[in-house]
Amino acid sequence: MTDNRTPLRILLLIAPIVLSLAITAILVLAVGKNPLEVMTAIWEGAFRNSNAVAGVVNFWIPLTFACLGLVITFTAGLWNIGVEGQMMLGAVFASWAARTLTLPSPVLLPLEIVLAMLGGAFWGFLVGFLRVRLGVNEIFGGVALNALANVLVIYLISGPWQPPEGGSAQSTPPFPAESLLPEISSEFPVSLLALFLIVIIVAAVFLALRGTRWGLNLKATGKNPRSALLLGVPTTQSALSAFVICGAIAGIGGAYRVLFTFDSLRPLPSGGIGFLALLVVLVVANRALLAPIVGFVFAAILAGSTRLRVVLQLDQSLAEVLQGFVVLLVLMANGLRGRILGGPGAESSIQPEPQAQPTVTTAAEATTHE
Amino acid sequence: MNEELLNILQTLVTSSTPLVIAALGETLTERAGVVNLSLDGSITLAAAIGFIAAVGSGSALVGIIAAMVVGALIALIIVVADIELKQDQVAIGFVLTLLAASLAQFIGQSYTRVRGPELPFVSLTFLKDIPILGPVFFTDHNPLVYISLLLVFVTWWWIFRTRPGLALRAVGERPASAFARGTKVNRLRYLYTLLGGSLVGLAGAAYSLSIKAGWTNPPAMRGDGWIALAIVIFGGWHPFRVVLGAYLFAGLRAISSAIQRSPDIQIPLVLINALPWLLMIGTLLLVSSGAIERLLRALPRSAQVWTRNLLRSDPPAALGTRFEER
Repeated sequence: MTDNRTPLRILLLIAPIVLSLAITAILVLAVGKNPLEVMTAIWEGAFRNSNAVAGVVNFWIPLTFACLGLVITFTAGLWNIGVEGQMMLGAVFASWAARTLTLPSPVLLPLEIVLAMLGGAFWGFLVGFLRVRLGVNEIFGGVALNALANVLVIYLISGPWQPPEGGSAQSTPPFPAESLLPEISSEFPVSLLALFLIVIIVAAVFLALRGTRWGLNLKATGKNPRSALLLGVPTTQSALSAFVICGAIAGIGGAYRVLFTFDSLRPLPSGGIGFLALLVVLVVANRALLAPIVGFVFAAILAGSTRLRVVLQLDQSLAEVLQGFVVLLVLMANGLRGRILGGPGAESSIQPEPQAQPTVTTAAEATTHE
Repeated sequence: MNEELLNILQTLVTSSTPLVIAALGETLTERAGVVNLSLDGSITLAAAIGFIAAVGSGSALVGIIAAMVVGALIALIIVVADIELKQDQVAIGFVLTLLAASLAQFIGQSYTRVRGPELPFVSLTFLKDIPILGPVFFTDHNPLVYISLLLVFVTWWWIFRTRPGLALRAVGERPASAFARGTKVNRLRYLYTLLGGSLVGLAGAAYSLSIKAGWTNPPAMRGDGWIALAIVIFGGWHPFRVVLGAYLFAGLRAISSAIQRSPDIQIPLVLINALPWLLMIGTLLLVSSGAIERLLRALPRSAQVWTRNLLRSDPPAALGTRFEER
């Protein structure tokens, strides 16, 4: 029985990737370039030397923080599009500390990280509060709060935090050296502290979802908010805590961008990484251990694609197109597998069962039926 | 009424047209119980392909048709993923939002600073001579403005005054009962998702062929799709309130940019940039707080019957859920 199905399973695993590469190749041909050259450019952009690899890792680190946060909100059945704004608030809070406080690095760096977590948690709390207390769907609340976070960043850059020579709206002045995360070496400029934090948070999220009452409550809330509530799960607090914790973790990602990638606060400091993280989490669902791995592939493609403009004069959005098609087709293949192979749980391997998938109605239900 | 004010209102009607068309399309889709979350990407990609097709063919009409096909195709992906593959509408819609926007940016890269065909400006005879309404609604608009006005009444009439419209509402509210009475639930969901999607595509064409004619990277209309989605909620899934929401929104946006240009009033730029999003949260809060329902209950009973559809704020009961026909 299962032997007959194994080739099909493998096919449905590989087909989305092959198909999305094919579609992207056709697009590249359509604009008169060679798909192989594009692939080579992306590969070289990502892995040609240790500096390029460091570039990938520096993309991967904030992406993974955002993914780990989102694993929590996904488990609770919530669509935290606001993760982008939560990263930005993390960046803003960390920037405040980096600009304002004059402390030795060993004190200042942890303080910056903690503040970034507070900033992200605050923005996450706003999305959550709007959703669970005021009945504003988290998708719309999140989209609006993302835009507002960027408005705040631009205001700070062009207003109170502008460089002394006048507002350029490009960035704040560089932060002092002792406020920045140190790099491992100049050949491999990556922050060891951030890598260390990722290991801790991967483990923490994995264990919290697996073995704590809080994680269990989140899962129950995600699977079926109404019956969870009837069974005595505090679904409101569960949902709100998921937003807050997600925001806190994503906030570290935001801090990494300003304290390592840029050395200053810039417009849209999250740079779309939060949205990319949503795509990654659509693929990995609530499997915290898988998030860093899938995240790395996405980070490599995106960091590698920066070479497209240099080498082939192609817009970098090609990489986003490829990633979008991969995720779309993976979801479609999941559905196809369920349809062909049937059986329980085949509905969707993305999330445990259909009710777990947050929809506008379950979102409304979870809040109005309490 | 002075001429300047009429001119401002006339511009307002033009600039809110894509929002009206997209929100009406989404209203039809959501009335059938399907959420097409991809609006922000769909509008952008439809605008790009519509513009490219118009440039290639030299005809704005071809551009419009191409844009509508793009919108319908994206909607088709959502409805197939939902009904046939049992994937979450919101997840697929979100992926398509990002994918379509990136795709638009990629294929549009060589079309920036290209001049293409634009829709003509026409006035409607007789109608343009009506005082106040004439100069605002029926003078010097592109044809899509008139189509949007027509659409408001047609969708209202269709949803609330026809038998197929009754079936549409039933599919969105009580699909099981509708199915038991012989309505082909999923067939209607296909139909209205495609129809809604093609209107979303039309909204994209309204940008790239008239209101924000041409193509820029990053696309000029990014963000408006989300606003259109919020307007549908604000509009309580009722065409009249949806159009009111779109005009209100465009009006407040116009006021804020007028203030920005005026030298006399000093309002920080930060507030102006934040305004559309604060408005979005505010309007959704207004709906979810039940203020509109309370207003309804304060009215005399006879008026309540008449305004019930107009003032309700609950989404279609089956919105976002899947229905198994068996």
